[in-house]
Amino acid sequence: MNMNRRAFLKTTGAGLITSAFPLSLVKIAFGGQGPSQDFTFGYISDAHIQQIQGNNFVRNWDMGLIRAVREANLLTPRPDFFMFGGDLAQLGKKEELDHGLEIMSSLRGKVRYVIGEHDYYLDLGEYWQSKIGPLWYSFDHKGVHFVTLNSILTYDSWVHKKWPSPMDRMLAMARLDNPQGSPFMVGGEQLTWLKKDLEKVNRSTPVVVFSHSPIQKIFKPWNFWTEDAERVQALLKPFEKATVIYGHVHQIEYNQIGNITFHAVMATAWPWPYPESYSQKASCMPKLTVHMNRADPFFERDATGWQFIEMRKGKVSMHYQLPDNKNRSVVFNSKTGKPQDVNYQGYGSRIPPQTHY
Amino acid sequence: MRKNRKLHGVSLVILMASVLLAISFSLQAGDFTQEDLERWDKEFMTVVMKGDKLFHSALGTNKVSCDQCHPNAANTHPETYPKFQQQIGRVVSLFEMVNWCIQNPLEGDPLPADDPKMAALLSYMTYERRGVPLAPGKH
Repeated sequence: MNMNRRAFLKTTGAGLITSAFPLSLVKIAFGGQGPSQDFTFGYISDAHIQQIQGNNFVRNWDMGLIRAVREANLLTPRPDFFMFGGDLAQLGKKEELDHGLEIMSSLRGKVRYVIGEHDYYLDLGEYWQSKIGPLWYSFDHKGVHFVTLNSILTYDSWVHKKWPSPMDRMLAMARLDNPQGSPFMVGGEQLTWLKKDLEKVNRSTPVVVFSHSPIQKIFKPWNFWTEDAERVQALLKPFEKATVIYGHVHQIEYNQIGNITFHAVMATAWPWPYPESYSQKASCMPKLTVHMNRADPFFERDATGWQFIEMRKGKVSMHYQLPDNKNRSVVFNSKTGKPQDVNYQGYGSRIPPQTHY
Repeated sequence: MRKNRKLHGVSLVILMASVLLAISFSLQAGDFTQEDLERWDKEFMTVVMKGDKLFHSALGTNKVSCDQCHPNAANTHPETYPKFQQQIGRVVSLFEMVNWCIQNPLEGDPLPADDPKMAALLSYMTYERRGVPLAPGKH
């Protein structure tokens, strides 16, 4: 099929769309003419909808999610489906989840959800399951096997210790830099399920895992970390093409460990510092990652965003949609066997805002 | 007699003054003890801890706290202030940026520069950045 740019713009109000919306997004959409199995999906994550009181919610975080949904609704042709990457709520309250789901309900297309710690630690996922669905599951789409994990579980001794109230437990986990926090994990029950789930999948079938926390170990003090990451990685090792897409970190990150490609997604709410910006503790940021631009707090949406993802020959091309910034694309390079930024990967092509300290 | 008494009085005043002078000289710079050091450090750390609490609580009107964007006060860069803050258009001290954050993302009222809460916030932020060389003006 011969696609041109016009075909990807809505026929009505195209001028408005192009002025309100970075053109690069449109270019990306018609860039691929791969085999019919290639497809696209959208990824929105970390909205952190926060209740102040009653019907009053933090405006800034609301606007982040609303903007992402509005922009994603302009994608033409439509992506096959959307993912939400976790932390829809800030403190796991019904009001926050309901308000977040209400905003998400205007997103046109099928949406699937990953649970984050901010959604979970008030009632241990009870309301989430009643409104959204199971905390882990798999599905197949156009020849790719997708797995969604609940990677934000932790030690039972922490979850069930004597908390004054469930909200105290929620607040303890919601505080990223809490020295009394507890590391994320997938846990035995889910690992057993995952092993069984993957046994049915042909080794040449591309596998994509969605998780909230990184299924790799970057920085434990902020839980940019999954305690049993290696055990998940071991289950993915036999596959020719494996990719993990995660939220939680509110920043651009990517890595390659053996056969597994890792991509982080942006938050719609606010950006987080790279761990190396905290001078008191060592971190293991993947060397491959070219950092996002340092945030300018005076532009409310700066260093936030959402993602448009292409599945090409079973590998991910990640297109970061970044308001008030140039969009970024990180694409799997089959020659080097690594994900690479299409503009900034070489040391000579990096720009000053990408230096964090 | 009266004259004598007056003389006595004067010498008493002189004596007292010299004693006071001697005491105050002995308290001049350089003369502090290990206990003093420990006490001053404790005083400072008490304020750091107070700042830690404030940094992790709602200082404005919308329940948002500083640490939501700045875990461990990262990306606040106290070592670079004062500096030219291009969005404000002049050289500012760190307290002005703290107030900017309180007024905007936190939707609250600014603190006076000498408010003990401001001293606590700045103490915590600077303590989390200890050991990093000063880089005034660095963007």
